[in-house]
Amino acid sequence: MRDVAVVGFAQRQMQDYDGSPTCAELLVPIFAECYEQTGWTKKDIGFWCSGSSDYLAGRSFSFVSAIDAIGVLPPVNESHVEMDAAWALYEAWLKIQTGEVDTALVFGFGKASAGVLRRTLSLQLDPYTLTPLWPDTVSIAALQARLGIDAGAWDEAAMAEVVNRSLTDAEKNEYAVRAGGSSVEDLLARPMFADPLRKHDASPVTDGAAAIVLAAGDKAREVRERPAWITGLSHFTDGLHLGTRDLTRSESATRAASAVGGLDGVQIAELHAPFSHQELILRRDLGLADDVRVNPSGGALAGNPMFTGGAIRIGEAARRIWDGTADKVLGHATSGPALQQNLVCVMEGTN
Amino acid sequence: MSRTLSAPVTVSFDYTRSVGPVIGRFLTGLRDAQFVGARLSDGRVVVPPPEYDPVTHRATADFVEVAETGTVTSWTWVSEPVAGQPFDRPFAFALVTLDGTDAPLLHAVDVASPDEINTGMRVRARWAAERTGAITDVVFVPDTGTATAPPPAAGEGDVTGIVTPVSLDYTYAASPEESAFFRGLAEGRIIAQRCPKCQKVYVPPRPACPVDGVPTVEEIELPDTGTVTTFCIVNVPFLGQKITPPYVSAYILLDGADIALQHLILDIPVEEIRMGLRVKAVWKPREEWGTTIENISHFAPTGEPDADYDTYKHHL
Repeated sequence: MRDVAVVGFAQRQMQDYDGSPTCAELLVPIFAECYEQTGWTKKDIGFWCSGSSDYLAGRSFSFVSAIDAIGVLPPVNESHVEMDAAWALYEAWLKIQTGEVDTALVFGFGKASAGVLRRTLSLQLDPYTLTPLWPDTVSIAALQARLGIDAGAWDEAAMAEVVNRSLTDAEKNEYAVRAGGSSVEDLLARPMFADPLRKHDASPVTDGAAAIVLAAGDKAREVRERPAWITGLSHFTDGLHLGTRDLTRSESATRAASAVGGLDGVQIAELHAPFSHQELILRRDLGLADDVRVNPSGGALAGNPMFTGGAIRIGEAARRIWDGTADKVLGHATSGPALQQNLVCVMEGTN
Repeated sequence: MSRTLSAPVTVSFDYTRSVGPVIGRFLTGLRDAQFVGARLSDGRVVVPPPEYDPVTHRATADFVEVAETGTVTSWTWVSEPVAGQPFDRPFAFALVTLDGTDAPLLHAVDVASPDEINTGMRVRARWAAERTGAITDVVFVPDTGTATAPPPAAGEGDVTGIVTPVSLDYTYAASPEESAFFRGLAEGRIIAQRCPKCQKVYVPPRPACPVDGVPTVEEIELPDTGTVTTFCIVNVPFLGQKITPPYVSAYILLDGADIALQHLILDIPVEEIRMGLRVKAVWKPREEWGTTIENISHFAPTGEPDADYDTYKHHL
């Protein structure tokens, strides 16, 4: 296996992006930041891989238009996934492992505010027995939350604690679209939106884009004194049928953590939990120790741009290696309804 | 003012899906007011039946008819329903475990307030009067202990397919650069932008030069004359067509531009259309102008001699 590290990261998050559904004009300054961090130009990038979906903003072939932001004459080595850019990162990491390239720039973008996000996401469900009912993504998460409450696995106060900590941490995150802690009592006094979920239990609809730069071996050492070396990368999925999954657990998260040899020694974990109770599921089923610092960025409850919400977790975790805050971190990404798919990316700083 | 122009757009399509023998069996059951589940290799009975066993991956074959009554094992209150859901007023989505099954089904429960539903509540199917063999043929209601006979099924034979209409509403925004182009058109001007690196002129302007990946910031105005670089003669009628075929759709390289613009060529017999033809925009009456390319009704020949091939050979 080749040593591959995260060496660059740039992001934008906002509530209502006043721009095109392809976000090309938003990607230009993000790529510029990546060039500045690495000292590279586009010629130094061996492979490009993006994550996005046309369903989000109703623009067909938006990922083709988005590559205008790269500048593709002469042509570049490029691919796309209709998943969070964290999975684009997985593809790029594999590409580097093949030896074909030494560097990659991974990006994602999405303008969720152009449609009704929780409704659009019904299209990721079983098209025969679920999508015709249009079960929105918040309702499905609420069904999951109540199962756990009824089973005694968590309660509304524990969910509110997650929200309060996240929104307090988000005050220090310049990209957060929702921030400001209060108290568990105050949060519990707010009205229900999708009983037992209040609006703050769900991540805000967020527009945005982000990019992550990967590099192998000496290319990574050229860029950073302390590259965030990827020492474990794995993803698994649970089945399509919500009824046959135990929604109070995340079997795929457990399997992903186990595939990278467990998460012992992780000091900081950025968990992609779009709903408050999902952080509690992940924390338990990933097997994180009690003293692991979770989501110092504020996490997805402070901002969750579709198709980069997971990749941003990896970028945020990598920053803690670069600046020496931690020696071992976890970036996690999820996709699909009720934590169906989970990816873990363990990064370490070794001098 | 918003920097972008936007407009509502609805993207819709009726997906016609064949359903196969397993889902077909389930949907045929719904049409006949009967829930059909399957016994899995681990002994569990589940509804709807999965096409393949999650453990052995064998095709599902052991079908079981189950009750139309069951228990709510989780629920939520949909306070703000979205289009297409079973009700257009607040209602409950629930996980309902039907009697005789071991796993829940996600469906709607018709109650008037969240106070009228709780975990453990008994519910019963309410079948639609007209059933087509779709998951929408049924909803659940609180079980009062008395069953009412469902209206008879309309169809016969096995359900082999469903039609799933999907309609998505968006607020569609032009990019800031495209918005400048459309605002220019509203004043009868054609706005382009030049790439600061390669000096190419794009019309309509794009968020970034696709060659260099940099914003094309320098705005320039182009004349409404140009050269046909390529064309096609539309002979085939299609839904929404506004002009009677045959007619010409062409790429027009406006004078000073590096990227051709697609538009109609009218006022010329279709057999006389050719590469190199010089054309000029024909604008609609000013009172009909908006922020749209339709302000230009079409392009028409200027009567000038054809352009030399060399003047447009790099723009094909």
